[in-house]
Amino acid sequence: MDRKTPLYEVQKNSGARFISFGGWELPVSYTDIITEHQVVRTKAGLFDVSHMGEIQITGKDAVKALNRLISNDIAQVPAGKILYSPICYENGTVVDDILIYKFSEEELLLVVNAGNTQKDDEWIRSQITGDVKVENLSDKYVQLALQGPEAEDIIKSILDEDTELPGFFRFKEVSLLGMKVLLSRTGYTGEDGFELYLWLPNSCADPEKLWNGILDAGKDKGVAPVGLGARDTLRLEAALPLYGHELSEDISPLEAGLKIFVKMNKDDYIGKAALSRQLDQGLKRKLYGFEMVDRGIPRNGYDVIMDGSRIGYVTSGGLLPTLNKNGGLALLDNPDLKDGETIEIVIRGRKCKAVLVPLPFYKKKYKK
Amino acid sequence: MEIREGLYYTKDHEWVRVEGNRAYVGITDYAQDSLGSIVYVELPEEGKALSKDEVLGVVESVKAASDIFAPISGTVVEVNEALADNPELINESPYENYMAVLSFENKDELNELLSPAQYEELTKGE
Repeated sequence: MDRKTPLYEVQKNSGARFISFGGWELPVSYTDIITEHQVVRTKAGLFDVSHMGEIQITGKDAVKALNRLISNDIAQVPAGKILYSPICYENGTVVDDILIYKFSEEELLLVVNAGNTQKDDEWIRSQITGDVKVENLSDKYVQLALQGPEAEDIIKSILDEDTELPGFFRFKEVSLLGMKVLLSRTGYTGEDGFELYLWLPNSCADPEKLWNGILDAGKDKGVAPVGLGARDTLRLEAALPLYGHELSEDISPLEAGLKIFVKMNKDDYIGKAALSRQLDQGLKRKLYGFEMVDRGIPRNGYDVIMDGSRIGYVTSGGLLPTLNKNGGLALLDNPDLKDGETIEIVIRGRKCKAVLVPLPFYKKKYKK
Repeated sequence: MEIREGLYYTKDHEWVRVEGNRAYVGITDYAQDSLGSIVYVELPEEGKALSKDEVLGVVESVKAASDIFAPISGTVVEVNEALADNPELINESPYENYMAVLSFENKDELNELLSPAQYEELTKGE
Protein backbone atom coordinates (compact mmCIF):
# COMPACT_ATOMS: atom_id res chain seq x y z
CA MET A 1 0.00 0.00 0.00
CA ASP A 2 1.49 3.30 -1.11
CA ARG A 3 1.67 6.19 1.29
CA LYS A 4 -0.22 9.41 0.69
CA THR A 5 0.86 12.96 1.45
CA PRO A 6 -1.34 15.21 3.65
CA LEU A 7 -2.44 16.94 0.44
CA TYR A 8 -3.77 13.81 -1.26
CA GLU A 9 -7.46 14.67 -0.82
CA VAL A 10 -7.06 18.26 -2.03
CA GLN A 11 -5.26 17.02 -5.12
CA LYS A 12 -7.76 14.27 -5.78
CA ASN A 13 -10.60 16.79 -5.61
CA SER A 14 -8.81 19.05 -8.08
CA GLY A 15 -8.73 16.24 -10.64
CA ALA A 16 -5.20 14.90 -10.25
CA ARG A 17 -4.26 11.52 -11.67
CA PHE A 18 -2.04 9.50 -9.41
CA ILE A 19 0.84 7.10 -9.94
CA SER A 20 3.01 5.05 -7.66
CA PHE A 21 6.51 6.50 -7.17
CA GLY A 22 9.10 5.60 -4.54
CA GLY A 23 6.48 3.98 -2.31
CA TRP A 24 4.09 6.93 -2.55
CA GLU A 25 0.87 7.60 -4.40
CA LEU A 26 1.58 10.94 -6.05
CA PRO A 27 -0.11 13.18 -8.61
CA VAL A 28 1.43 12.57 -12.04
CA SER A 29 -0.60 15.38 -13.59
CA TYR A 30 -3.58 17.64 -12.99
CA THR A 31 -4.37 18.64 -16.56
CA ASP A 32 -1.73 17.56 -19.00
CA ILE A 33 2.02 17.06 -18.64
CA ILE A 34 3.02 19.34 -21.54
CA THR A 35 0.74 22.17 -20.40
CA GLU A 36 2.08 21.88 -16.84
CA HIS A 37 5.66 21.85 -18.15
CA GLN A 38 5.04 25.11 -20.01
CA VAL A 39 3.36 26.69 -16.99
CA VAL A 40 6.60 26.21 -15.02
CA ARG A 41 8.78 27.54 -17.86
CA THR A 42 6.64 30.65 -18.44
CA LYS A 43 4.71 31.37 -15.20
CA ALA A 44 4.86 29.28 -12.04
CA GLY A 45 3.99 25.75 -11.01
CA LEU A 46 3.22 24.42 -7.54
CA PHE A 47 4.37 20.90 -6.67
CA ASP A 48 3.64 18.76 -3.64
CA VAL A 49 6.96 17.04 -2.98
CA SER A 50 6.18 15.84 0.53
CA HIS A 51 7.42 12.39 -0.44
CA MET A 52 10.99 13.69 -0.17
CA GLY A 53 12.71 12.49 3.01
CA GLU A 54 14.24 14.69 5.70
CA ILE A 55 16.95 13.40 8.00
CA GLN A 56 18.36 15.63 10.71
CA ILE A 57 21.90 15.34 12.04
CA THR A 58 22.67 17.26 15.22
CA GLY A 59 25.50 17.31 17.74
CA LYS A 60 28.93 18.67 18.35
CA ASP A 61 30.51 16.57 15.57
CA ALA A 62 27.68 16.97 13.02
CA VAL A 63 29.72 18.64 10.27
CA LYS A 64 32.81 16.49 10.63
CA ALA A 65 30.78 13.31 10.92
CA LEU A 66 28.65 13.97 7.85
CA ASN A 67 31.65 15.11 5.86
CA ARG A 68 33.06 11.60 6.18
CA LEU A 69 29.93 10.29 4.37
CA ILE A 70 29.69 12.74 1.47
CA SER A 71 31.85 13.57 -1.54
CA ASN A 72 31.19 17.33 -1.41
CA ASP A 73 32.46 19.46 1.49
CA ILE A 74 29.95 20.75 4.06
CA ALA A 75 32.73 22.16 6.27
CA GLN A 76 33.40 24.96 3.76
CA VAL A 77 29.76 26.09 3.67
CA PRO A 78 28.45 28.93 5.89
CA ALA A 79 25.29 28.58 7.97
CA GLY A 80 22.17 29.45 5.96
CA LYS A 81 23.49 27.79 2.83
CA ILE A 82 22.57 24.56 1.10
CA LEU A 83 24.97 22.06 -0.39
CA TYR A 84 24.22 19.41 -3.01
CA SER A 85 26.22 16.22 -2.56
CA PRO A 86 26.34 12.58 -3.53
CA ILE A 87 26.70 10.01 -0.73
CA CYS A 88 28.94 7.20 -1.99
CA TYR A 89 29.75 3.63 -1.14
CA GLU A 90 33.36 2.54 -0.64
CA ASN A 91 33.52 1.55 -4.35
CA GLY A 92 32.48 5.05 -5.46
CA THR A 93 28.93 4.25 -6.58
CA VAL A 94 26.04 6.23 -5.17
CA VAL A 95 23.87 5.62 -2.09
CA ASP A 96 21.88 8.77 -2.82
CA ASP A 97 22.19 12.38 -3.93
CA ILE A 98 20.99 14.86 -1.36
CA LEU A 99 20.64 18.48 -0.31
CA ILE A 100 22.19 19.50 3.01
CA TYR A 101 20.73 22.52 4.82
CA LYS A 102 23.36 23.91 7.17
CA PHE A 103 21.61 25.54 10.14
CA SER A 104 24.81 25.70 12.16
CA GLU A 105 28.00 23.71 12.76
CA GLU A 106 25.88 21.47 14.99
CA GLU A 107 22.65 21.17 13.04
CA LEU A 108 22.18 19.84 9.51
CA LEU A 109 19.04 18.84 7.65
CA LEU A 110 19.42 16.34 4.82
CA VAL A 111 16.75 16.24 2.11
CA VAL A 112 16.87 12.85 0.44
CA ASN A 113 15.09 10.99 -2.35
CA ALA A 114 11.77 9.45 -1.28
CA GLY A 115 12.60 5.92 -2.33
CA ASN A 116 15.95 6.09 -0.55
CA THR A 117 14.84 7.55 2.76
CA GLN A 118 14.95 4.35 4.75
CA LYS A 119 18.12 3.10 3.07
CA ASP A 120 19.86 6.44 3.73
CA ASP A 121 18.72 6.51 7.33
CA GLU A 122 20.14 3.02 7.89
CA TRP A 123 23.33 3.76 5.96
CA ILE A 124 24.00 6.97 7.86
CA ARG A 125 23.36 5.33 11.24
CA SER A 126 25.62 2.41 10.39
CA GLN A 127 28.50 4.59 9.15
CA ILE A 128 28.41 7.78 11.16
CA THR A 129 30.75 8.23 14.13
CA GLY A 130 31.29 10.86 16.81
CA ASP A 131 28.99 12.90 19.00
CA VAL A 132 25.92 13.10 16.74
CA LYS A 133 22.26 12.28 16.74
CA VAL A 134 20.50 11.09 13.56
CA GLU A 135 16.75 11.52 13.31
CA ASN A 136 14.42 10.70 10.42
CA LEU A 137 11.90 13.57 10.39
CA SER A 138 10.32 12.73 7.03
CA ASP A 139 6.80 12.24 8.39
CA LYS A 140 6.85 15.62 10.08
CA TYR A 141 7.46 17.78 7.02
CA VAL A 142 5.23 18.78 4.16
CA GLN A 143 7.33 20.02 1.27
CA LEU A 144 6.05 22.15 -1.59
CA ALA A 145 7.98 23.58 -4.53
CA LEU A 146 6.99 26.76 -6.34
CA GLN A 147 8.97 27.01 -9.55
CA GLY A 148 9.02 29.42 -12.47
CA PRO A 149 9.64 33.08 -13.37
CA GLU A 150 6.64 34.28 -11.32
CA ALA A 151 7.60 32.32 -8.19
CA GLU A 152 9.47 35.19 -6.54
CA ASP A 153 6.59 37.67 -6.87
CA ILE A 154 4.07 35.13 -5.62
CA ILE A 155 6.13 34.36 -2.52
CA LYS A 156 6.64 38.10 -1.87
CA SER A 157 2.90 38.65 -2.00
CA ILE A 158 2.16 36.13 0.75
CA LEU A 159 4.90 37.04 3.23
CA ASP A 160 3.48 38.15 6.57
CA GLU A 161 6.18 40.76 6.98
CA ASP A 162 8.56 42.38 4.54
CA THR A 163 11.80 40.42 4.45
CA GLU A 164 14.50 39.72 1.94
CA LEU A 165 14.09 36.39 0.15
CA PRO A 166 16.95 33.90 0.29
CA GLY A 167 19.39 33.88 -2.62
CA PHE A 168 20.28 30.87 -4.75
CA PHE A 169 20.88 27.74 -2.63
CA ARG A 170 20.21 29.68 0.58
CA PHE A 171 17.38 29.26 3.05
CA LYS A 172 15.70 31.11 5.89
CA GLU A 173 12.73 30.76 8.15
CA VAL A 174 9.89 33.07 7.14
CA SER A 175 6.29 33.58 8.12
CA LEU A 176 3.77 33.41 5.30
CA LEU A 177 0.01 32.94 5.23
CA GLY A 178 0.21 32.90 9.02
CA MET A 179 2.58 29.93 9.08
CA LYS A 180 6.23 29.47 9.87
CA VAL A 181 7.91 28.01 6.81
CA LEU A 182 11.46 27.06 5.97
CA LEU A 183 11.98 28.70 2.59
CA SER A 184 14.87 27.81 0.29
CA ARG A 185 15.83 28.99 -3.18
CA THR A 186 16.17 25.55 -4.67
CA GLY A 187 14.32 23.33 -7.09
CA TYR A 188 14.41 20.60 -9.67
CA THR A 189 13.17 22.27 -12.82
CA GLY A 190 15.93 24.55 -14.13
CA GLU A 191 13.84 27.62 -13.27
CA ASP A 192 14.20 30.15 -10.49
CA GLY A 193 12.02 29.07 -7.61
CA PHE A 194 11.58 27.98 -4.05
CA GLU A 195 11.02 24.97 -1.90
CA LEU A 196 8.90 25.36 1.21
CA TYR A 197 9.10 23.09 4.25
CA LEU A 198 6.21 23.09 6.66
CA TRP A 199 6.91 21.57 10.07
CA LEU A 200 3.68 19.72 10.84
CA PRO A 201 4.01 19.59 14.65
CA ASN A 202 3.72 23.42 14.67
CA SER A 203 0.24 24.37 15.82
CA CYS A 204 -0.10 26.90 12.98
CA ALA A 205 0.89 24.38 10.27
CA ASP A 206 -1.95 23.83 7.80
CA PRO A 207 -0.82 22.16 4.56
CA GLU A 208 -4.11 22.77 2.74
CA LYS A 209 -4.07 26.45 3.67
CA LEU A 210 -0.52 26.74 2.36
CA TRP A 211 -1.33 24.89 -0.88
CA ASN A 212 -4.55 26.80 -1.58
CA GLY A 213 -3.07 30.10 -0.40
CA ILE A 214 -0.23 29.93 -2.91
CA LEU A 215 -2.61 28.96 -5.72
CA ASP A 216 -4.94 31.86 -4.81
CA ALA A 217 -2.11 34.36 -4.52
CA GLY A 218 -0.71 33.35 -7.87
CA LYS A 219 -3.98 33.07 -9.76
CA ASP A 220 -3.50 36.31 -11.71
CA LYS A 221 0.06 35.31 -12.52
CA GLY A 222 -1.04 32.01 -14.02
CA VAL A 223 0.15 29.64 -11.30
CA ALA A 224 -1.09 26.06 -11.56
CA PRO A 225 -0.53 22.80 -9.70
CA VAL A 226 2.02 20.59 -11.46
CA GLY A 227 2.52 16.85 -11.12
CA LEU A 228 5.36 14.41 -11.18
CA GLY A 229 5.15 13.93 -14.96
CA ALA A 230 6.23 17.50 -15.71
CA ARG A 231 8.72 17.42 -12.82
CA ASP A 232 10.47 14.69 -14.77
CA THR A 233 10.41 16.44 -18.18
CA LEU A 234 11.55 19.70 -16.56
CA ARG A 235 14.50 18.15 -14.76
CA LEU A 236 15.44 16.17 -17.87
CA GLU A 237 15.60 19.34 -20.00
CA ALA A 238 17.79 20.94 -17.33
CA ALA A 239 19.87 17.69 -17.28
CA LEU A 240 19.46 17.30 -13.52
CA PRO A 241 20.16 13.72 -12.46
CA LEU A 242 17.45 11.45 -11.07
CA TYR A 243 18.50 8.74 -8.65
CA GLY A 244 17.81 5.31 -10.12
CA HIS A 245 18.51 6.67 -13.61
CA GLU A 246 21.65 8.83 -13.90
CA LEU A 247 22.89 7.87 -10.43
CA SER A 248 22.62 4.49 -8.75
CA GLU A 249 24.40 1.81 -6.80
CA ASP A 250 26.04 0.96 -10.13
CA ILE A 251 27.11 4.46 -11.28
CA SER A 252 29.70 6.84 -9.83
CA PRO A 253 29.07 10.58 -9.63
CA LEU A 254 32.08 11.12 -11.90
CA GLU A 255 30.52 8.98 -14.61
CA ALA A 256 27.32 11.02 -14.23
CA GLY A 257 29.26 14.24 -14.90
CA LEU A 258 29.10 15.49 -11.30
CA LYS A 259 32.82 16.07 -10.84
CA ILE A 260 32.32 19.49 -9.23
CA PHE A 261 30.50 17.77 -6.36
CA VAL A 262 33.35 15.31 -5.78
CA LYS A 263 36.13 16.96 -3.76
CA MET A 264 39.60 15.49 -3.55
CA ASN A 265 41.11 18.26 -1.39
CA LYS A 266 39.24 17.31 1.76
CA ASP A 267 39.74 14.73 4.53
CA ASP A 268 39.03 11.10 3.86
CA TYR A 269 35.43 10.10 3.13
CA ILE A 270 33.70 6.90 2.09
CA GLY A 271 34.38 6.34 -1.61
CA LYS A 272 37.23 8.85 -1.88
CA ALA A 273 39.88 6.26 -2.72
CA ALA A 274 37.77 4.66 -5.44
CA LEU A 275 36.80 8.02 -6.95
CA SER A 276 40.41 9.19 -6.84
CA ARG A 277 41.43 6.03 -8.72
CA GLN A 278 38.77 6.73 -11.35
CA LEU A 279 40.16 10.23 -11.82
CA ASP A 280 43.71 8.91 -12.11
CA GLN A 281 42.93 6.06 -14.47
CA GLY A 282 40.32 7.89 -16.51
CA LEU A 283 36.63 7.11 -16.70
CA LYS A 284 35.40 4.04 -18.56
CA ARG A 285 32.01 5.56 -19.30
CA LYS A 286 30.30 8.91 -19.34
CA LEU A 287 26.84 10.46 -19.44
CA TYR A 288 25.88 12.18 -22.72
CA GLY A 289 22.93 14.14 -24.00
CA PHE A 290 21.35 13.17 -27.30
CA GLU A 291 18.52 14.23 -29.58
CA MET A 292 16.63 11.89 -31.86
CA VAL A 293 17.10 12.31 -35.60
CA ASP A 294 14.74 9.50 -36.58
CA ARG A 295 11.21 9.27 -35.26
CA GLY A 296 10.77 7.46 -31.98
CA ILE A 297 10.84 8.13 -28.27
CA PRO A 298 13.87 6.98 -26.29
CA ARG A 299 13.10 5.52 -22.87
CA ASN A 300 15.06 4.42 -19.82
CA GLY A 301 16.94 1.16 -20.44
CA TYR A 302 16.95 1.22 -24.25
CA ASP A 303 20.24 0.04 -25.76
CA VAL A 304 22.56 2.45 -27.56
CA ILE A 305 24.51 1.25 -30.59
CA MET A 306 27.52 2.81 -32.29
CA ASP A 307 29.32 1.35 -35.30
CA GLY A 308 27.34 -1.86 -34.91
CA SER A 309 28.09 -2.60 -31.26
CA ARG A 310 26.22 -1.86 -28.06
CA ILE A 311 27.99 0.95 -26.22
CA GLY A 312 25.56 1.67 -23.41
CA TYR A 313 21.99 2.53 -22.57
CA VAL A 314 19.51 5.36 -22.18
CA THR A 315 19.20 6.47 -18.54
CA SER A 316 16.31 8.91 -19.12
CA GLY A 317 14.51 9.92 -22.28
CA GLY A 318 11.35 11.24 -23.78
CA LEU A 319 9.80 14.35 -25.19
CA LEU A 320 11.71 17.55 -24.38
CA PRO A 321 8.70 19.88 -24.48
CA THR A 322 10.50 23.26 -24.63
CA LEU A 323 12.63 22.08 -27.55
CA ASN A 324 9.76 20.12 -29.06
CA LYS A 325 12.22 17.30 -29.74
CA ASN A 326 12.72 13.80 -28.45
CA GLY A 327 15.94 13.16 -26.60
CA GLY A 328 17.54 12.06 -23.42
CA LEU A 329 20.59 11.07 -21.45
CA ALA A 330 22.69 7.99 -22.12
CA LEU A 331 25.52 6.34 -20.21
CA LEU A 332 28.06 5.25 -22.81
CA ASP A 333 31.20 3.07 -22.52
CA ASN A 334 33.39 5.69 -24.19
CA PRO A 335 34.39 8.90 -22.42
CA ASP A 336 35.76 10.58 -25.54
CA LEU A 337 32.76 11.00 -27.82
CA LYS A 338 32.07 14.44 -29.28
CA ASP A 339 28.91 16.46 -29.81
CA GLY A 340 27.53 15.85 -33.27
CA GLU A 341 28.53 12.18 -33.37
CA THR A 342 25.80 9.79 -34.43
CA ILE A 343 24.48 6.99 -32.24
CA GLU A 344 21.54 4.65 -32.63
CA ILE A 345 18.87 3.97 -30.02
CA VAL A 346 17.19 0.57 -30.20
CA ILE A 347 13.47 1.25 -29.92
CA ARG A 348 11.43 -1.97 -29.90
CA GLY A 349 14.04 -3.72 -32.02
CA ARG A 350 14.40 -0.85 -34.49
CA LYS A 351 17.63 1.14 -34.68
CA CYS A 352 16.78 4.84 -34.64
CA LYS A 353 19.36 7.51 -35.38
CA ALA A 354 20.23 10.12 -32.75
CA VAL A 355 22.97 12.71 -32.38
CA LEU A 356 25.03 13.68 -29.34
CA VAL A 357 24.36 17.26 -28.16
CA PRO A 358 25.76 19.48 -25.42
CA LEU A 359 24.02 19.52 -22.03
CA PRO A 360 21.83 20.89 -20.65
CA PHE A 361 19.06 20.82 -23.25
CA TYR A 362 17.56 23.86 -21.53
CA LYS A 363 19.76 26.59 -20.06
CA LYS A 364 18.93 27.00 -16.39
CA LYS A 365 17.32 30.30 -15.41
CA TYR A 366 18.58 30.44 -11.83
CA LYS A 367 18.81 33.85 -10.14
CA LYS A 368 22.27 33.86 -8.62
CA MET B 1 -16.14 10.08 -21.33
CA GLU B 2 -17.68 9.30 -24.70
CA ILE B 3 -18.57 5.73 -25.60
CA ARG B 4 -19.96 5.54 -29.10
CA GLU B 5 -22.83 3.30 -30.13
CA GLY B 6 -22.33 1.01 -33.09
CA LEU B 7 -18.75 0.07 -32.17
CA TYR B 8 -17.17 -2.97 -30.58
CA TYR B 9 -14.76 -2.51 -27.66
CA THR B 10 -11.99 -4.43 -25.89
CA LYS B 11 -10.93 -4.58 -22.26
CA ASP B 12 -7.67 -2.93 -23.39
CA HIS B 13 -9.65 0.20 -24.38
CA GLU B 14 -9.64 -0.22 -28.15
CA TRP B 15 -12.63 0.28 -30.41
CA VAL B 16 -13.51 -1.59 -33.60
CA ARG B 17 -15.77 -0.31 -36.36
CA VAL B 18 -16.83 -2.97 -38.84
CA GLU B 19 -17.59 -2.15 -42.47
CA GLY B 20 -18.10 -5.37 -44.43
CA ASN B 21 -14.92 -7.39 -43.89
CA ARG B 22 -12.92 -4.30 -42.90
CA ALA B 23 -12.33 -3.49 -39.24
CA TYR B 24 -11.18 0.00 -38.27
CA VAL B 25 -9.22 -0.09 -35.02
CA GLY B 26 -8.48 2.80 -32.67
CA ILE B 27 -8.26 3.63 -28.98
CA THR B 28 -11.16 4.88 -26.91
CA ASP B 29 -11.84 8.29 -25.40
CA TYR B 30 -11.20 6.73 -22.00
CA ALA B 31 -7.79 5.46 -23.19
CA GLN B 32 -6.65 8.79 -24.65
CA ASP B 33 -7.78 10.60 -21.53
CA SER B 34 -5.89 8.20 -19.24
CA LEU B 35 -2.73 8.44 -21.35
CA GLY B 36 -2.71 12.23 -21.59
CA SER B 37 -0.91 14.00 -24.43
CA ILE B 38 -0.05 11.48 -27.11
CA VAL B 39 3.30 12.35 -28.65
CA TYR B 40 4.09 9.36 -30.84
CA VAL B 41 2.19 6.63 -32.65
CA GLU B 42 3.82 3.57 -34.15
CA LEU B 43 1.70 2.03 -36.90
CA PRO B 44 1.88 -1.51 -38.32
CA GLU B 45 3.10 -2.20 -41.84
CA GLU B 46 0.51 -2.62 -44.50
CA GLY B 47 0.17 -6.23 -45.55
CA LYS B 48 1.12 -7.58 -42.15
CA ALA B 49 -1.00 -10.49 -40.93
CA LEU B 50 -1.89 -10.20 -37.26
CA SER B 51 -3.41 -12.76 -34.94
CA LYS B 52 -5.85 -11.59 -32.32
CA ASP B 53 -3.95 -10.04 -29.36
CA GLU B 54 -0.73 -9.56 -31.34
CA VAL B 55 0.82 -6.09 -31.05
CA LEU B 56 -0.71 -3.89 -33.73
CA GLY B 57 1.08 -0.69 -32.81
CA VAL B 58 2.26 1.55 -30.01
CA VAL B 59 0.86 4.75 -28.61
CA GLU B 60 3.26 6.84 -26.54
CA SER B 61 2.28 9.55 -24.13
CA VAL B 62 4.83 11.85 -22.48
CA LYS B 63 5.09 9.38 -19.64
CA ALA B 64 5.06 5.93 -21.23
CA ALA B 65 4.66 3.66 -24.23
CA SER B 66 1.52 1.51 -24.46
CA ASP B 67 1.12 -1.44 -26.80
CA ILE B 68 -2.07 -1.58 -28.82
CA PHE B 69 -3.25 -5.11 -29.58
CA ALA B 70 -5.14 -6.48 -32.55
CA PRO B 71 -8.71 -6.93 -31.27
CA ILE B 72 -9.35 -9.59 -33.94
CA SER B 73 -7.20 -11.52 -36.41
CA GLY B 74 -6.70 -9.94 -39.81
CA THR B 75 -4.39 -8.40 -42.36
CA VAL B 76 -3.42 -4.74 -42.19
CA VAL B 77 -4.81 -3.17 -45.35
CA GLU B 78 -4.54 0.49 -44.39
CA VAL B 79 -2.93 2.63 -41.72
CA ASN B 80 -3.74 6.19 -40.67
CA GLU B 81 -0.60 7.95 -41.86
CA ALA B 82 -1.81 11.30 -40.51
CA LEU B 83 -1.02 10.06 -37.00
CA ALA B 84 2.71 9.89 -37.77
CA ASP B 85 2.95 13.67 -38.00
CA ASN B 86 0.00 14.53 -35.76
CA PRO B 87 -0.28 11.96 -32.99
CA GLU B 88 -2.36 14.45 -30.96
CA LEU B 89 -5.28 13.80 -33.35
CA ILE B 90 -6.04 10.79 -31.15
CA ASN B 91 -6.49 13.10 -28.16
CA GLU B 92 -8.66 15.46 -30.18
CA SER B 93 -11.04 12.89 -31.65
CA PRO B 94 -10.25 9.31 -30.71
CA TYR B 95 -13.19 7.78 -32.60
CA GLU B 96 -12.41 9.58 -35.88
CA ASN B 97 -8.75 8.67 -35.85
CA TYR B 98 -8.35 4.96 -36.35
CA MET B 99 -4.84 3.50 -36.26
CA ALA B 100 -5.25 0.73 -38.81
CA VAL B 101 -7.78 -1.16 -40.89
CA LEU B 102 -7.75 -4.95 -40.69
CA SER B 103 -9.27 -7.13 -43.35
CA PHE B 104 -10.73 -10.14 -41.56
CA GLU B 105 -12.39 -13.47 -42.31
CA ASN B 106 -13.42 -14.84 -38.95
CA LYS B 107 -16.58 -13.05 -37.87
CA ASP B 108 -16.81 -15.24 -34.76
CA GLU B 109 -14.05 -13.25 -33.10
CA LEU B 110 -16.33 -10.21 -33.08
CA ASN B 111 -18.57 -12.04 -30.61
CA GLU B 112 -15.76 -12.01 -28.09
CA LEU B 113 -15.61 -8.20 -28.11
CA LEU B 114 -17.54 -5.94 -25.74
CA SER B 115 -20.71 -4.03 -26.53
CA PRO B 116 -20.85 -0.28 -25.67
CA ALA B 117 -22.85 -1.14 -22.53
CA GLN B 118 -20.36 -3.80 -21.44
CA TYR B 119 -17.48 -1.43 -22.09
CA GLU B 120 -19.13 1.32 -20.08
CA GLU B 121 -19.50 -1.14 -17.22
CA LEU B 122 -15.78 -1.95 -17.49
CA THR B 123 -14.64 1.68 -17.38
CA LYS B 124 -16.83 2.35 -14.36
CA GLY B 125 -14.99 -0.39 -12.51
CA GLU B 126 -11.55 1.14 -13.15
